[in-house]
Amino acid sequence: MAEIKQKVVEIIAEQAVLEPSDVSMDHTLEDLGIDSLGLVESIFAIEEAFDVQVPFNANDPSESDFDISDVKSIVTGVEKLVAEQHS
Amino acid sequence: MKRVVITGAGTINALGHDVAETLASMREGRCGIAPLDVRDADRLMVSIGAQVQGFSSEGLFNRQQMALYDRFTQFALVAAREAINQSGLNFAGELAHKTGAILGNSGGGMTTIDENYRSVYEEGKNRVHPFVVPKLMNNAAASHVSMEFNLKGPTFTVSSACASSNHAMAQAFQMVRTGMSPVMITGGSESMLCFGGVKAWEGMRVMSKTACRPFSANRNGMVQGEGAGIFVFEEYEHAKKRGADILAEVVGFAMTSDASDIVMPSKQGAARTIAGAMSDAGITPEQVGYINAHGTGTAANDKTESAAVADVFGLHADTVMISSTKSMHGHLIGGTGAVELLACIMALRDGVIAPTIGYEEPDPECALDVVPNEAREAKVEYALSNAFAFGGLNAVLALRRAS
Repeated sequence: MAEIKQKVVEIIAEQAVLEPSDVSMDHTLEDLGIDSLGLVESIFAIEEAFDVQVPFNANDPSESDFDISDVKSIVTGVEKLVAEQHS
Repeated sequence: MKRVVITGAGTINALGHDVAETLASMREGRCGIAPLDVRDADRLMVSIGAQVQGFSSEGLFNRQQMALYDRFTQFALVAAREAINQSGLNFAGELAHKTGAILGNSGGGMTTIDENYRSVYEEGKNRVHPFVVPKLMNNAAASHVSMEFNLKGPTFTVSSACASSNHAMAQAFQMVRTGMSPVMITGGSESMLCFGGVKAWEGMRVMSKTACRPFSANRNGMVQGEGAGIFVFEEYEHAKKRGADILAEVVGFAMTSDASDIVMPSKQGAARTIAGAMSDAGITPEQVGYINAHGTGTAANDKTESAAVADVFGLHADTVMISSTKSMHGHLIGGTGAVELLACIMALRDGVIAPTIGYEEPDPECALDVVPNEAREAKVEYALSNAFAFGGLNAVLALRRAS
């Protein structure tokens, strides 16, 4: 699980042009300066890194089945997707 | 400045293989969106689209032509034949030298690209057909239209994503208005409904998996379409002298760039373009009865476009009718403005306003009269056609009822 968290943080940090150590769990994407395009790119990078399908529609992020409200929620979401994939 | 009228119209799209069938479908509020019938559709996550059904190039083109025409070129030729036939024009001598074809498209020969990438990458072939380049180039459609009809004047292709056709028609309008050409053939075509074309759009995560529901609170994205719309733009006196049937008059246009974001639309940019087109036409919002919306069915476009119309139209925003026919024929990307111009012509000429179908829940952020689900009869003097493209490029046309 720690590996998943670390990798997600790396992906988000890269989009935000920050060091992974500068990204904290309660940061929102907005805090990190990641816009809608950056978000779609991050999700693509997550899918590629973990070989999962993230249920996300840019038309309505709030109604997508994937919580992007902060870094922690994204990590939790990815952990769940990875677990489902291996179950 | 010369007056510019439309004396011919042609189309092929998911709603019909000609103008009459398309307008009948719009009147009935028929939806052309269905499961996609393309190779490897099972690998697509977005598997609906507004495909042209029952189209066969057999009998329309000879064997040599078929080898040279990508689907987007075939669509352009079918629509051009209908439009030019309706106009009754024959291009010879001086008229041929001055008349050209300015067409919009965004993807060029996407099917040709898709098929040939497959053959070299997937099948490992080291040789491709000699016509790959002349088939896939974006100007192929305009060139073949010029060749078939002997158009020897200014001919080129405009590519500005979803605004391509409106930019093309604005350019053609400008050429006839300034007296450079007495007649121009214009419009656009697109055919991106192949595996690679749809896959690319999937990546954006703005596509709906279910339906195109512009302005509806439960909208969840755009749906791609394909086809062509082609028009004959003619100088008014030239048309009148030969007793041509005038479908509508083009009276103004505006083009702007948001200069802000590569994909997110801008209310200011849209508003500036709508206002600019009316100003160019010398009309006020009160005179406009119908707007064919860009109305893609994405969360971002529809609320931004509604806010822009509300800003420019003020109190009249509550009375002007605005509909998105993309709910029926899908988003034809570079060909979309051309097919949508037909809805404006229908409003002006037949007094029928095409509906926004698939409308289920009002959205307070799109609180305009979007002509939900059913066509409506209304007398309209002026109509606008909006196009707001990725890249922040906007083009709006203003039309008037023929008089």
